[in-house]
Amino acid sequence: MLLHEFLRSSVHRTPDKVALVAGTERVTYSKLDRRVQRLAAGLQSRGVRRGDRVAIFLENGIEAVVAWYAVLRAGAVFMVVNPFTKRGKLSYLLNDARASALVTSVSLLPEAAAAVQAAASVSFVIVAADATPVNYDTRCLSWASAESDSPVSEPGTIDVDLASIVYTSGSTGRPKGVMLTHLNMTTAATVVSGYLGLTADDIIFSALPLSFDYGLYQILMSVQVGASVVIDRSFAFPVKALELMERERVTVFPGVPTMFAMLTGVRSLSEFDLASLKIISSTAAVLPEQRIRELRALFPQAALFSMYGLTECQRVSFLPPEQLDVRPSSVGRGMPNSEVWLVDEAGAQLPNGSTGELVVRGSHVMRGYWGNPEATAERLKPGPYPGELVLYSGDIFRSDSEGYLYFVARKDDMINSRGEKVSPREVESIVHALDGVLEAVVVGVPDELLGEAIKAYVVLRPGYTYTERDVIRHCLAHLENFMAPKFVDFVGELPRTDTGKVYKKGLHSVPGGLAPKAS
Amino acid sequence: MTDAKPLVRAFILDNFLMGGDREGLSDHDSLLGRRVLDSTGFIELVTYLERTFGVRIEDHEMVPENLDSLDNIEAFLARKRVSRT
Repeated sequence: MLLHEFLRSSVHRTPDKVALVAGTERVTYSKLDRRVQRLAAGLQSRGVRRGDRVAIFLENGIEAVVAWYAVLRAGAVFMVVNPFTKRGKLSYLLNDARASALVTSVSLLPEAAAAVQAAASVSFVIVAADATPVNYDTRCLSWASAESDSPVSEPGTIDVDLASIVYTSGSTGRPKGVMLTHLNMTTAATVVSGYLGLTADDIIFSALPLSFDYGLYQILMSVQVGASVVIDRSFAFPVKALELMERERVTVFPGVPTMFAMLTGVRSLSEFDLASLKIISSTAAVLPEQRIRELRALFPQAALFSMYGLTECQRVSFLPPEQLDVRPSSVGRGMPNSEVWLVDEAGAQLPNGSTGELVVRGSHVMRGYWGNPEATAERLKPGPYPGELVLYSGDIFRSDSEGYLYFVARKDDMINSRGEKVSPREVESIVHALDGVLEAVVVGVPDELLGEAIKAYVVLRPGYTYTERDVIRHCLAHLENFMAPKFVDFVGELPRTDTGKVYKKGLHSVPGGLAPKAS
Repeated sequence: MTDAKPLVRAFILDNFLMGGDREGLSDHDSLLGRRVLDSTGFIELVTYLERTFGVRIEDHEMVPENLDSLDNIEAFLARKRVSRT
C-alpha cells in the first residue's frame, strides 16, 4: 500500500465529506483529490520524476496537504520544512537533499527566494498565489500556473520507495534527513490510528506544525480512516483554539506538553463546551504527572494517551489510558506490529527492571539518514536477526517489572524544547557567528512551559559588550524560533575537564565563576 | 496612552527582530503571520504589556484582534484605559 492510496480510498468511500478545515475554507475529499491531481500533473509536466525530492515550505494550511499528496502521486518524495526556517538553513536543506522543486507561500517567498539563489538543483518554485510573483527569481511561478489538466502518468512507485524526508536536528550540528518509505509511513499511520481507535466519525483538531512529523501524521491518519482535520495556524491564541474546537465539535486533540501547559493555564477553560472531545494524545516530551491530573479532571470523558516517539520511526510506544492511574509517568511498552527492548552499552538485551538504551524493531523504522552513512550507522545497527537492522533510539529508559518504559535521559546532549529536539551544536555555531564571541556553549535548563529552555553561556572577546537580548535576537534571525536561547549568561571562562573539553554539567554548579548577567 | 505604539514597537524590535526585518514591520502587519512572534513570544508580549502599562490581560482578551499587530495592541490598550477610568 502506498501512502497516497489512502486518499484515493477515502475519496471513493466519502467524496463529499469534509477532509480539511482551515480558516474559512472547507475542502471535501473529492475537491482535495482534484487539487492533488492537478498539481501532481503540473509537477510531472515540469520534469519531476519518481524519486525526486520536492521541498514543502509552507505555513499550516490546506496547500501544504495538497502539495504533499501531489508530490507523492507524481512519484516523488516530499520534504516538510518548518516555516520558521531561515534562508541559510533552507539553502542547506535544499542542497543536501538536491531538491528539484520548492513549494512555498507569498509570505515566505522572501526567505525562499533568497534560499534558492544558492540552491542550483531547484528548477522551479511554486508560490501559493493566484498571480505569478514579480521581482523574484525567474524560477518562481504561481500555483495556478503550475497546475495542469493533463492526466498524471503512473510513476511506478512501490512501497519501499521513499515517501518523505524529514529533517531533524543532528547532534553534530548539521540537520539530518530522516528517510521514510511508504511502508514506514503507512505502518506507523495504521498502528497509531488503530490503537487510538480513530474512525471516520472523528474530527481532529491540529494546531501542531504540519512540518513536524506529529502534525503531519494527524493528516495522514485522518485521510487513512476518512475522518476530518481542523487545522489551526498555531496555538498562539489558546482561547481562539478553544472556540474553534467547540464550534467544530472536535473529538481528537493531539498536543505536546507545552500546548497542554498553555491550555490548562486558561482560567476560562470551563466556559467552553468540549464534551465532544474523546481522545487527547501527547507526545514529543514527557507529560508531567501534574498535567496529566489536570487534563483528566478537565476532560473526564476523554481518553488520554501518553506516548513516545522519534522522527526516525514516528512512534515507539503508548500508555493505554487505563494504565494512567497505575503508572502515570510511563509511556507504555511498545505498540502493535513492532518490538522494543533495552540494551546495555555492549548492545546486550536487558531484562525488565533495567535501565538502558531503547531499541526499536519494525517496518516503521526509517531507511536511514539521507546521504549520511556515518550517522545512519550510529542509529541503525544489526539486531538479533540476520540481515536486519534495528533502530537505536539514543534515549535511555528504565523499565518496570512488567516492561513498561519510563524516560530517563538522552544519551547525547540534545535538548528537548517545546517537544522539538534541538542540537546544542547548531545553536552554538550561530552564537559563535556573532562578532566578538570567543566561546559559547548551549545547554537545556528545566522550564515549566517549554520542558527545557535553551540557555547559552557566552565568553566575549575583550572590548565587546552585548546584552542577553542582543544574543537572542541574533539567534532568532538565523534559527527557527524554538532553537533560540531563552537565557544568556556572559561568563569569564567555561569550566573544563582535565582534557580541556567544556564540562557542561559544571556550568550549573559554578555560580562563583559566572560573571553578572548583562542587563 | 498615545505613547503605547512606539514603546511596543521598540519592545518587539529590541527583542525579536534583526537587520532588514526591523524596517519592514508596519503598524498593521500580523505579528503571527510575519512570524515575528510565536506562541511563547505572545506570552512574553502579554507579560511586557501588563508590566509596562499596568493592565491585567484576561484570557479572553488574548486574541489576535487585540494583540496581533501594533495597531491592534494600541487600540486594545486604549480600550483598557477607558474601561478602567
